[in-house]
Amino acid sequence: MVDIKISSEPLSVQSCIDWVMSPDCGGIDVFIGTVRNTTKGKRVLRLEFEAYERMALSEMEKIAVDASLKWALHKILIHHRTGVLVAGEIPVIIAVSAPHRDAAFEACRYAIDTLKLTVPIWKKEVFEDGAVWVAAHP
Amino acid sequence: MQIELMAFGIVREFLGSSTIRLDVNDGITVGELRTLLRDHHPDMHGISSIAVALNGNYATDETIVVSNDEIAIIPPVSGG
Repeated sequence: MVDIKISSEPLSVQSCIDWVMSPDCGGIDVFIGTVRNTTKGKRVLRLEFEAYERMALSEMEKIAVDASLKWALHKILIHHRTGVLVAGEIPVIIAVSAPHRDAAFEACRYAIDTLKLTVPIWKKEVFEDGAVWVAAHP
Repeated sequence: MQIELMAFGIVREFLGSSTIRLDVNDGITVGELRTLLRDHHPDMHGISSIAVALNGNYATDETIVVSNDEIAIIPPVSGG
């Protein structure tokens, strides 16, 4: 089973864990992305996330379905935040439950690594002296 | 034909709008559209890569664009 969400409201780690948890499973793997307060020594004031929502949802769904085909999973959830986030806030949660832990670890890693490559979501890092779109320049 | 493009992130900022209209030749391919955008907007040369999505899916350069496609210009993604 797959649960995909893009939201401008804060994400709840506990509700993600609750959704994937099952007595059929031997473990849950959770990746929580958090906003870091510095980049290359410069203080980050905030991150601004925007999404091409329709396509971002379908690309996130593809990742979850692909992971479910590659590994023996019980459930996989991918939630992503949009809007303005400050240090310590959570832009992304991936939660995976599986009968055996290797599958959960590997699928979770696959999901976040692939999300960063394919899902049309962008973040702008805002510093005290300017702002940059992450990954936009060579 | 006239097409409408959706722009996001750094491309939206360069273009100053989240949608732009362009007059293009019938039968234009995604690759030709990418070249046209780079020629019309020199700022695009500073971006490491530009992909195009048609109707919510990444499109190859050979794909032909039709006027009622939902067309999105996709600069390098940076979610997570």
